[in-house]
Amino acid sequence: MTAAPTSAGWTVSSIRSALEARKVSARELTRDFYARIEAENPRLNAFLALSPERAYAQADAIDAKVARGEPLPPLAGVPVAIKDVLSTRGTETTAGSKILQGYVPPYDATALERLDRAGAIFLGKTNCDEFAMGSSNENSAYGPVHNPVDLDRVPGGSSGGSAAAVAAGLAVITLGTDTGGSIRQPGALCGVPALMPTYGRVSRYGLIAFASSLDRIGPFARTVEDVARIMEVIAGRDPLDATSAGHPVPSYTAQLNEPVKGLRLGIPAEYFGEGLDPAVREKVERGVARLAEMGCVPAPIAMRHTAYAIPTYYLVATAEASSNLARFDGVRYGLRVPGGTLGEMYRKTRGQGFGAEVKRRIMLGTYALSAGYYDAYYLKAQKVRALIKSDFDRAFEQVDLILTPTSPVTAFKLGERTADPLAMYLADIYTVTGSLAGVTGISVPCGKVCGRLPVGLQIIGPHFEEGRVLRLARAFEAAGGFDL
Amino acid sequence: MNISRQDVLRVAELANLELTEGEIETYASQLASILSFCEKLNDLDTANVEPLAQVLEAGAGTRPSQQDVMAAQHLRPDSPRDAKVIADVVRHAPDAVEAPVPYFRVPKVIDRGNEG
Repeated sequence: MTAAPTSAGWTVSSIRSALEARKVSARELTRDFYARIEAENPRLNAFLALSPERAYAQADAIDAKVARGEPLPPLAGVPVAIKDVLSTRGTETTAGSKILQGYVPPYDATALERLDRAGAIFLGKTNCDEFAMGSSNENSAYGPVHNPVDLDRVPGGSSGGSAAAVAAGLAVITLGTDTGGSIRQPGALCGVPALMPTYGRVSRYGLIAFASSLDRIGPFARTVEDVARIMEVIAGRDPLDATSAGHPVPSYTAQLNEPVKGLRLGIPAEYFGEGLDPAVREKVERGVARLAEMGCVPAPIAMRHTAYAIPTYYLVATAEASSNLARFDGVRYGLRVPGGTLGEMYRKTRGQGFGAEVKRRIMLGTYALSAGYYDAYYLKAQKVRALIKSDFDRAFEQVDLILTPTSPVTAFKLGERTADPLAMYLADIYTVTGSLAGVTGISVPCGKVCGRLPVGLQIIGPHFEEGRVLRLARAFEAAGGFDL
Repeated sequence: MNISRQDVLRVAELANLELTEGEIETYASQLASILSFCEKLNDLDTANVEPLAQVLEAGAGTRPSQQDVMAAQHLRPDSPRDAKVIADVVRHAPDAVEAPVPYFRVPKVIDRGNEG
């Protein structure tokens, strides 16, 4: 076997060349990745379920194409893993919750179906906070994920397993979901590029809904080019999701190497204030300086409703969650705790099946929607959401992209923040704004604190400007920005 | 901001959640602190702001001019199609009957007075 001794170095294009040159087979690649998962997962807990039958069947189909000399699909032989909130035909899907233990979906999420059609090899499901609610992956009913850069630290959340899997080389590409920062923040804490697409850019069909007006599906990868390649496959209109957008999907890879000179970069002071770790600030400022050296034009901007984003987000997201999670009642799938009456069965199933954070958010959302409080909380939050979105609309009249830290801190220790839910919510302070505004944003590595803990630089672009975001991210990567 | 035990029980009932005594206490104090934090939003005058429920307009990216409203909103005709998943769904349900007609089985909902 001539495959690389570790699976960490593979990219979409290196896999393609190796397959075409017959230096490695898709089956060998798949076996290597499963071997690595078997060796590493006991200490990382990044995977919840594996799908070897399906993976090897796909690998053999790719190898048969190679043998026949047929053209290979865009992601031929690329090992991928999928966050456990996405439905996967024939593979257990729990959303990190006890209430869905044993649930096997009868269909694939559209995003996976598209990866599958593009020749990717689906290795298995990645761990996450229960129903994607959390910022540290400590809310998974199946135990926390450990950050590959330091096993005593969190990988971020809620897509912690997807971020850790790519960082540790257990998959070349993973999908996560982002409702308030759940792709970008774990990307930052694990040191890998991680993109939240524009709302509606990627079909949500088959995603177990958390907050329907905020939820996005997006990729983690080792390189910006790979992020672009995945987006070309998963983005686009889907008749099965009425909120998926009809905008044409451009060739993101074709735009990657276009010049970035002259791009106007907005630097909002509100993202560099109290609560930002000085070591993170220093790295992000160096990142901005590097981009300025490359001919980009940083400019201070004001986004004056930023301080209101966390309460707005937690009211909107929990209200939507309380409604979305009503379907988990012990009737159709997953756990049922017996009760003498239907009502008792519902209450016991939900009381015992949901974890503490999920129940807390259902309670908060139900309260915010309940008679007498709706106007004061939910409606108020929707109005402030409009103001936050208008901050972005105005900013993008002056600048092409906005640059901020992704997270105010680097990866924190397991257990450090679990006692105070409000302290945990503040971990999302720089990401929830973009979520509420529906814009796209990527987190890219921007050096390490103490030579070890990754810092994330967030690049935010207007609706459907993933191409511009990826172009700057690629230029930053090429200029050594990831290792500042 | 104060959240009473009664408030917690009322919300738990609306949400169909059975809570332990410990949870009732914990959630009362945590909801109070989170909701107090949320009151910060009252600093903003939003009298003339329209609430935002959805960031993109329905049918974003399409050209509704030559299409009817249904197409613009990405609606499709309301015609049934066979998803071919019933057997699969029923097989994985906590308590269901597969044949001759598939259905989910739940505790009795009639003759239970005010329960349900």
